[in-house]
Amino acid sequence: MRTAFVEGLSELAAENPHILLVTGDLGFGVLADFRERFPDQFLNVGVAEQNLAGVAAGLALSGHIVFTYSIGNFPTLRCLEQIRNDICYHRANVNVVSVGGGLAYGSLGMSHHATEDMAILRVLPEMMVVAPGDPVETRKLLPQIVAHDGPAYLRLGRAGESHIVSSEATVKLGKPTTVRSGSDLLLLTTGGMLPVAVGVADQLDREGVSVHVASVHTLSPLDESVIRSMLEAFPAVITCEEHSIHGGLGGCIAEVIAESGLNPTFRRLGLRGRFAEGVGSPEYLRAHNDIGHEALLDLARSLHAQATAFEVKAMRS
Amino acid sequence: MLHAPPLVDFTPSSVHGSALNPPTDLASIEGRSRDIRRAALEMISASGASHIGSVFSTAEILATLYGGILNVRPAEPDWPDRDRFVMSKGHAAAGLYAALSLAGFFPQQRLKEFCVDGGSLPGHVTHRGIPGVDVSTGSLGHGLALAVGLAAGSRRLGAKWHVYALLSDGECDEGSTWEAALLAPAWRLSGLTAIVDYNKIQSLGRVDEVLPLEPFADKWRSFGWQVDEVDGHNIENLRQRIDPTGWPSAGGPRCVIAHTIKGKGVSFMENDLLWHYRCPVGDEYDRAVTELEVEG
Repeated sequence: MRTAFVEGLSELAAENPHILLVTGDLGFGVLADFRERFPDQFLNVGVAEQNLAGVAAGLALSGHIVFTYSIGNFPTLRCLEQIRNDICYHRANVNVVSVGGGLAYGSLGMSHHATEDMAILRVLPEMMVVAPGDPVETRKLLPQIVAHDGPAYLRLGRAGESHIVSSEATVKLGKPTTVRSGSDLLLLTTGGMLPVAVGVADQLDREGVSVHVASVHTLSPLDESVIRSMLEAFPAVITCEEHSIHGGLGGCIAEVIAESGLNPTFRRLGLRGRFAEGVGSPEYLRAHNDIGHEALLDLARSLHAQATAFEVKAMRS
Repeated sequence: MLHAPPLVDFTPSSVHGSALNPPTDLASIEGRSRDIRRAALEMISASGASHIGSVFSTAEILATLYGGILNVRPAEPDWPDRDRFVMSKGHAAAGLYAALSLAGFFPQQRLKEFCVDGGSLPGHVTHRGIPGVDVSTGSLGHGLALAVGLAAGSRRLGAKWHVYALLSDGECDEGSTWEAALLAPAWRLSGLTAIVDYNKIQSLGRVDEVLPLEPFADKWRSFGWQVDEVDGHNIENLRQRIDPTGWPSAGGPRCVIAHTIKGKGVSFMENDLLWHYRCPVGDEYDRAVTELEVEG
């Protein structure tokens, strides 16, 4: 996703000299090509994220389209008030980019796990929150983010993720991407959990359960009418995210369900109010913290069974 | 129960300039500074607001800025080539609103909308719906970074407009102020002038007791700024040092440390922390009016 972002931004920056990439002294190697090609559109404010956000707001208010770049929680939580007051309140055209969303920096430890960021940023007025599921979505969403006049948060993984979404697929900012069609169970994912969801869907398919997978890459503003119509079509729904179950995708969908009058069998897969435990790769940490393939598979199987039993019971009564 | 006086219609003297003819002679700018204090007193007293001491320490600085330094057009507040002003000490909003209104950005009648139910001028600076305000502030330590971004933006665009930021001394406790202070000289932002309203009193006490800033000028200098210190109530000194043309043009950002007195202009408010919070009512209000009018 990181590579897709930098490549995409390079294409856009070549066409628009007002696009600026401002880093908080991170991006070694990753941003080297951009820096070399666009020396006048690349800025480094040093290790100073509050300044990064404030300066970005000032640059945007003078007519630029600004991307701030850092990793994990540094460009978000460290400077949250600058994002709120200086960027969002001014509706400044600043796009905050964080690499390493979720557990992508697995072994680096708690400080580098971004597992509450979406919940915190999505409540900010004016802020668009976007967590692409793979490099294809990243690349397709980026020009739309540039065209969007206002603040956005772009939460990326790292480099080397597999391509899940078809290069032919329509990926539209604000609209979930249907990645796999099915009829028995709805899996809603955001960010880097997309491949996990697709893997589980493939396995369940072999077990005779038809799973629908959608990448909810835009958490805010959430297209509630699309979400509602999806909820109406499925008896059971699971949200999955490398994030707290509070306030992220699971929180968003729970809010929609609560006001919808619908009553699907519903579960949230994510960190349940705690920091990720253990030391290891993202894959290891997912498994260790019960948000990986096995955990989702078990949850999906049991939820499908529940929903089926409920349906049978309802039919009998 | 607050016994605020009714907001009197405050009519500044025409000798203090108009929207079309900003005051540029010293006497007129001094008159404008008195008008700012007088208007702010009305606004704050009528609404039961606070921060009058912080407003009074800035009156000459604001009068000087809007008295020929800032290249702005009150009748065309969004003029793209205008100088940008960042009121980083957003708690002195009453002073800025008064200065803008007196400069002709909006009718003085609107000053009655300060900090009251259904009003339109909140107690900390907002750009939303207020002509002449470029950025919103209120949380300390944000303004200098915004100003750095604006100045860098101006330079990137090849524009001529200059950026001015007015900081409080208290907000120099904020690490974010110093992040921006590091960056501005590193980027050689000659289009940026920071002014610090050094009134020596912050929220809970004197600056030199709470978190001493001295040697203050040396700090800015060591960060790479061109620095000068002025009497922040002396219009002639202020104008001479705030005006960028008086400095080497390629010398990087400038910091003008304005030595001021909190509550300046009303004897019983001067140099007293109480007037960071207290709203003058009743006899206090009457005495303040008398002192400001006698002074004028």
